[in-house]
Amino acid sequence: MKKRMLAVAMAATMVAACFAGCGNKTTSGSSSDSEGQVYWLNFKPEADEALQGIAKTYTDQTGVPVTIVTAAEGTYNSTLTAEMDKDEAPTLFVVGNQAAVKTWGDFCYDLKDTDVYKELTTDDFTLYDGDKVASIGYCYESFGIIVNKTLLAKAGHSLDEIKNFDSLKAVADDIHANAATLGFDAFTSSGMDDSSSWRFSGHLANMPLYYEAEADGWDGICPATIKGTYLDNYKKIWDLYTTDAKNDKATLADAGYDAETEFLNGEAVFYQNGSWEYSALSEKYSDDELAMIPIYVGVEGEENQGLCSGTENCWAVNANASEEDIQATLDFMKWMVTSEEGTKCMADQFGVIPYKGAQENTNLFIKQGDEMREAGKYTVDWTFNLTPNVDDWRAGVVSAINQYDAGGSWDDVVSAFVDGWATQYQAAQQ
Amino acid sequence: MKENNKLDVKVTNSSMVTRPIRRCFPIFLLPTFAAFFIGFIYPFLKGIYLSFCKFVTTSNATFIGFDNYIKAFNDASFRHAFGYTALYAVVSLVLINLIAFLLAYLLTQGLKGTNIFRTVFFMPNLIGGIVLGYIWSMIFNGILSRYNTSILLETKYGFWGLVVLMCWQQIGYMMIIYIAGLQSVPGDLMEAAVIDGASRWQTLIHVTLPNVMPSITICMFLSLTNGFKLFDQNLALTGGQPFKFMADGTQIRTTEMLALNIYNTFYGQAASAKGVAQAKAVLFFILVAAISLIQLKATKSKEVQQ
Repeated sequence: MKKRMLAVAMAATMVAACFAGCGNKTTSGSSSDSEGQVYWLNFKPEADEALQGIAKTYTDQTGVPVTIVTAAEGTYNSTLTAEMDKDEAPTLFVVGNQAAVKTWGDFCYDLKDTDVYKELTTDDFTLYDGDKVASIGYCYESFGIIVNKTLLAKAGHSLDEIKNFDSLKAVADDIHANAATLGFDAFTSSGMDDSSSWRFSGHLANMPLYYEAEADGWDGICPATIKGTYLDNYKKIWDLYTTDAKNDKATLADAGYDAETEFLNGEAVFYQNGSWEYSALSEKYSDDELAMIPIYVGVEGEENQGLCSGTENCWAVNANASEEDIQATLDFMKWMVTSEEGTKCMADQFGVIPYKGAQENTNLFIKQGDEMREAGKYTVDWTFNLTPNVDDWRAGVVSAINQYDAGGSWDDVVSAFVDGWATQYQAAQQ
Repeated sequence: MKENNKLDVKVTNSSMVTRPIRRCFPIFLLPTFAAFFIGFIYPFLKGIYLSFCKFVTTSNATFIGFDNYIKAFNDASFRHAFGYTALYAVVSLVLINLIAFLLAYLLTQGLKGTNIFRTVFFMPNLIGGIVLGYIWSMIFNGILSRYNTSILLETKYGFWGLVVLMCWQQIGYMMIIYIAGLQSVPGDLMEAAVIDGASRWQTLIHVTLPNVMPSITICMFLSLTNGFKLFDQNLALTGGQPFKFMADGTQIRTTEMLALNIYNTFYGQAASAKGVAQAKAVLFFILVAAISLIQLKATKSKEVQQ
């Protein structure tokens, strides 16, 4: 009898353990459904902590539950795919480029005429699915070449010398030639492993894409084919990055160099990255020591070029969520860009936000971008946001560049760039 | 104490006790069955259904018929991945089993320190695939960088690198199975062979091998299916690099195996490709199931009854 009881008890425990997880969730879900709730699937791991704090503040003030879940670096797409399948799917998620609009367009609530949309100061970062406003930017960022001014001065140069590609190359070549005596080199490592390759297959590739888009008038629409008119410029800047640096370029493919650490350790003067690096770099360097300059690739008239500004951080609201949840989410978004606490959190975490109520930003690199714009220089758009099947296309470019670095032909890179675009465009259209 | 034990044995065997337990069988069976159903049968059936659908999230799929299968068959990268995987599976099957058997044979000869060797050879099997992939890519690149190249730059490096990695990981495991098989070869058979004047080689071929056929069956089954299903090591070691760019603009990841190809199709491309990836996964299942059944049948027929 005792044994039988034990067996029954054990089986019951097992079953209970199996269903305990599901049970909990349903109860908490149904209790709050009446007022609506917010579930933000966050895209930026570095902002997670602050967002959890702001979510709590909002819940304390309004009583609306806000859940913030952050996808691990590089897994946003797969996390979103899984989360969207659940009964309690994210109500607020990130749709940052045309490829994502293509995938998630049907899930995007039309943000036109919403209160938060009216708070926007510009439509530059808005993504459309047909006529529908699919997602709106909640911050914008700039990238360029970050300079360690102290080291530059030590090498006997100054920022005033650098006006275009040729002058950048002259300075970099000089530093590289004297690297042994100076104790530092011109550029940080251009690693091509997954943690760093996006700087080149994504951000640096933006330069030839932007100039081609300008020349051919893409007008924000992804063309079926591209020509690769400016790929020679891409080659020039890539050769410069990889020649005037400490590590042999054949080892870039997967040696796992950490460019940020190299820059922090003062091993190099130049480091191509974006305004999001400011918080990490400002812990070590003062604002006087840092600057961000445009990526010069040797295009005519580039003396007047500014930083590359744009965003992949765009909010989309889940159209399949309940009406209450959608309303709660829209209210939360509005609060984030209008209230004192919200705008402060946004300014601290995301830098500049394109909203009327934005607080002044403290990010040096963004400020420098703004200064260049005010001085009449042109901003380089993030044309790479148009890339079809962006992950596959970039993977092809990375592989081709690796082969080129090891002594292969540049034609492979051209082919990955141009033919790859056409192929991925076809694949994405199906 | 002893008496008590005896009593226990009697009690559990009596029908007075076993009958109620038999009646309660669902209590014992259901949890496992529920787990099997939730974790395997339901996803499997849903996966087959989804392979005929166009979908972004699995709960919201539209039926489109055989389109996905047609696209999967027309996908040059999928066909390449199949050929590459098959080649890899055969090469690794042969190498792993040969070396594992050799080691097992040596370690059953009563050498000194046998237990230490067995432990050491088995240990690589305890490390996860992703970790192994990264560690070995460092090792290979440490060597290849001397020749100014890298494992990501040549298909043949990627292929043999993966073979070396998998041999290193799997040989120990297969060796343990072979050791168990070798130890169960009846001593009197061996003795009879010696008395009949059989040489060592003759004993191995005609007495030992037929008696360890069950181990060979299971080891071949394991290494063949492992070879076809390989994913983490493939992802971490080369991730499919280098790519080959075809004349029509399509790119083929030359060291990409089937499972990685399915994964890349599912996550790397537009929404419409998710169904295609699902169709590839179903084809993949049929393929692996068919190959392993054929292999089981072929080796089983060579087993002898002891």
